Amino acid sequence: MILRTLWVIGAVALIGACSEKPQTAGGAKQDAAAYTGTGMAYTEKNWKTGDKTSWESALRARTQSGQNDYSRMN
Amino acid sequence: MARMKFICDAERCIECNGCVTACKNEHEVPWGVNRRRVITLNDGIPGERSISVACMHCSDAPCMAVCPVNCFYRTDEGVVLHDKDVCIGCGYCSYACPFGAPQFPSAGTFGVRGKMDKCTFCAGGPEANGSQAEFEKYGRNRLAEGKLPACAEMCSTKALLAGDGDVVADIFRNRVLKRGKGAEVWGWGTAYGAQQAGQPPAQSGVKS
Repeated sequence: MILRTLWVIGAVALIGACSEKPQTAGGAKQDAAAYTGTGMAYTEKNWKTGDKTSWESALRARTQSGQNDYSRMN
Repeated sequence: MARMKFICDAERCIECNGCVTACKNEHEVPWGVNRRRVITLNDGIPGERSISVACMHCSDAPCMAVCPVNCFYRTDEGVVLHDKDVCIGCGYCSYACPFGAPQFPSAGTFGVRGKMDKCTFCAGGPEANGSQAEFEKYGRNRLAEGKLPACAEMCSTKALLAGDGDVVADIFRNRVLKRGKGAEVWGWGTAYGAQQAGQPPAQSGVKS
């Protein structure tokens, strides 16, 4: 009787190992906002890390100075 | 800030592929994957036009709509990103994208399709900003460094513009006014709605 019980428990454990792993459909992880910076040394220095307004204005200024050739020429 | 957008000025693109090279170098994109590429229309015929194409970070991104595992997300700046830890490489986004942006590297012994890879607008991914894990999966996070996408910053003729949608549309509008032609922006309507860059907003109540 004991042997039979052990055999059943062993069989259940073996079958259980073949079952699917639980799956979670949580979607994408939370991403930190870009204006929080990277903490790296080669970051642009013309904005304050964590300050969204200064980051936005720095990017706008960079777009104008780097990509608007009319404003650079005239 | 308005949404981040790309504009490719077909009047200026000279098909140098500098944007493609800048992107591949900046993010160490593997062989077989091109996040950005240059397409030439009517190649060899007088009046041919070239445009630089990548993920346009659409306002109503079809890739986000079809993803069965919800791996896409949009940042506050309107950049469409995805989580490679969630992606199952099914390829639905590739079928849905009007720009052919999603790329699938060959991975494993038998070259099976790996996790999707695409342009991130140089904004990395959901890993910690500037971390090694972020770089290996998504490339550099230039936006978090206060910089703009490498492709646009590297463009020799400034055909490719990237940044705040209002600012780049103003730059483009000024160009069109100065040269008096070439107001059409390829892909703008598909990605961001019917209104063309460089054009005044449509009157309310008028279908565009």
